[in-house]
Amino acid sequence: MVRLETLRLSRIAGAGHYSGTFSAAELLATLYYHRLRLDPTTPDWPDRDRFILSKGHAAIGLYPILADLGYFDAAWLESYTRLGSRFGDHPDMRKIPGIDFSSGSLGHGLSIGLGMALAGRVTKHDYRTYVMVGDGELAEGQVWEAAMAAGHFRTSRLVCVVDRNRLGIDGPTEDVMTQEPIEERFTAFGWACQRINGHDIAAVLGAFGALPDVDHGPPQLIVADTVKGRGVARMENDVSWHVGNLGPEDYEAVRAELMAGLS
Amino acid sequence: MTPRTPTPGQDQSEVFRGESPQPKGSPSAKGSEKGIVRRSVPAFVAGEELADLAEHDERIVVLTADLASANRLNDFAQRHPDRFFNVGIAEKNMISAAAGMASTGLMPFVGTFASFASLLGYEQIRTDCAYPGMPVRILAHHSGISLGYYGSSHHALEDLAAMRVVADLTVACATDANQLRAMLRASLDLSGPLYLRLGRGRDPEVYADVPSNFRFGVAARLRDGAHATIIATGSEVHPALEAAEILAKQGIDVGVIDMATIKPLDLEAVREAGEGGVIVTVEEHSIIGGLGGAIAEALADMRIPAMLKRHGIHDEYVEIGPPAGLYAHYRLDSSGIANVVREFLDELA
Repeated sequence: MVRLETLRLSRIAGAGHYSGTFSAAELLATLYYHRLRLDPTTPDWPDRDRFILSKGHAAIGLYPILADLGYFDAAWLESYTRLGSRFGDHPDMRKIPGIDFSSGSLGHGLSIGLGMALAGRVTKHDYRTYVMVGDGELAEGQVWEAAMAAGHFRTSRLVCVVDRNRLGIDGPTEDVMTQEPIEERFTAFGWACQRINGHDIAAVLGAFGALPDVDHGPPQLIVADTVKGRGVARMENDVSWHVGNLGPEDYEAVRAELMAGLS
Repeated sequence: MTPRTPTPGQDQSEVFRGESPQPKGSPSAKGSEKGIVRRSVPAFVAGEELADLAEHDERIVVLTADLASANRLNDFAQRHPDRFFNVGIAEKNMISAAAGMASTGLMPFVGTFASFASLLGYEQIRTDCAYPGMPVRILAHHSGISLGYYGSSHHALEDLAAMRVVADLTVACATDANQLRAMLRASLDLSGPLYLRLGRGRDPEVYADVPSNFRFGVAARLRDGAHATIIATGSEVHPALEAAEILAKQGIDVGVIDMATIKPLDLEAVREAGEGGVIVTVEEHSIIGGLGGAIAEALADMRIPAMLKRHGIHDEYVEIGPPAGLYAHYRLDSSGIANVVREFLDELA
């Protein structure tokens, strides 16, 4: 559903961040349908779990989930990227029910999540804060300011999920800027780390299930190995599909491929 | 753009030869403060004031970046340790984390040097505080050139210009401890984020008591004058009042407005001053884009044909020197301001 809707909305916009959304599809779906403590009828419920899509360019995959859960009328999505729409390429919390924080500028999300986690401590709410970052995003220095502070404050209700799809805009992450060893880096900052296949829903559920239900412990990192463009053969591991647009015939072919993947 | 090179004969070139800058104004910096009675009031009262306010307002939390002793926010930390976070020297993380806290209903006050808050933290203020409307209060202290010989890395001469273009951000400058207290109290009812520019913590008293009628966006006319109006903000309000005294002895009648809020600007106060015909803006900031820029834009927008002189730092990096020496050198002390006003009136005559 995430991939099909990404396809459809990208057609409305004339372009879309396909491949970095497809890599995160199972992660987003598992979080929203199986993990987050939510009440779509009360988007500002103080006890809800928070989710920050720090890699905000994957919002096209998140909007359909929020619509499906009932945060807003799915028909709203027809306006995607149109003049005056609530829905742009990056999510705006002031316009979209269910978005816990606006994002788009990479590197900010983990700090914002840290603030939410510390706030939960101050206000005595036991929610968790999940932050999804891209692997290329780990080159942003602010991520490490936040990682250091989270380790220092031992915000174990802060969960950072890395969508490790190994491709940035200019090529393989390890060619553009070395990211490994990710777990060792976070471990050095005081985090507890897991590494999983981000397309294996059982593994994703297992990683979330293993999160400790305590405050004042190591913050939690989940590195999810994924495939950029997952689910569409022509897009998988192809750097040129970070942003793209499908012609009418290709659109139908890709749609058929995704539908076949569902059955 | 052609590179700026020192021109022989200018003060700058003398300094490049290794000489000390000579104050342009007379007498010397030390002498300029002689004879003026100043009550020394420590202006770093934010920690104490916020600690008091936090007794009755559960939203208040305070963050700093390894400067709790410099900005006295440790006064808050001692009384409310669970609501105080020292995040180390990481300003970007601090401001974004404050925005995250604010999204849960808290009201974070964030204190660090103005140079770092505004320039290191600029995008976080714009994108994480202002764009989503988070009620984060940035306490940007040691602003302008108040860190003196620390040098240009520690000076904030661009911050008002940078902050003023951020939509939905309130921008204000506290002139003394009493006004700061009033601003902190008023901020509890302010929606959206606030950039609050503070001095060095040794600011002389302008307001004898906490002004009970303070509102963001409303200027205070402190003195009437028929020949010109000085519109000053923050640290320059006190020397502007002194300058008006100096000028009065010379038969020049100058009014003074404390334009504490740079955004939203008090347009009625600007109109009133503009209709007087002559305005001199004084700020411890670049003359570009800050108070002077705001007043120039407002006069143009309102089609008020006033004569305007913008005074501040004139698009340059300032010399090394103790703050008092720098204020004298750049004519931002009382005698310097008086000279600037008198020269402007002479030009117009």
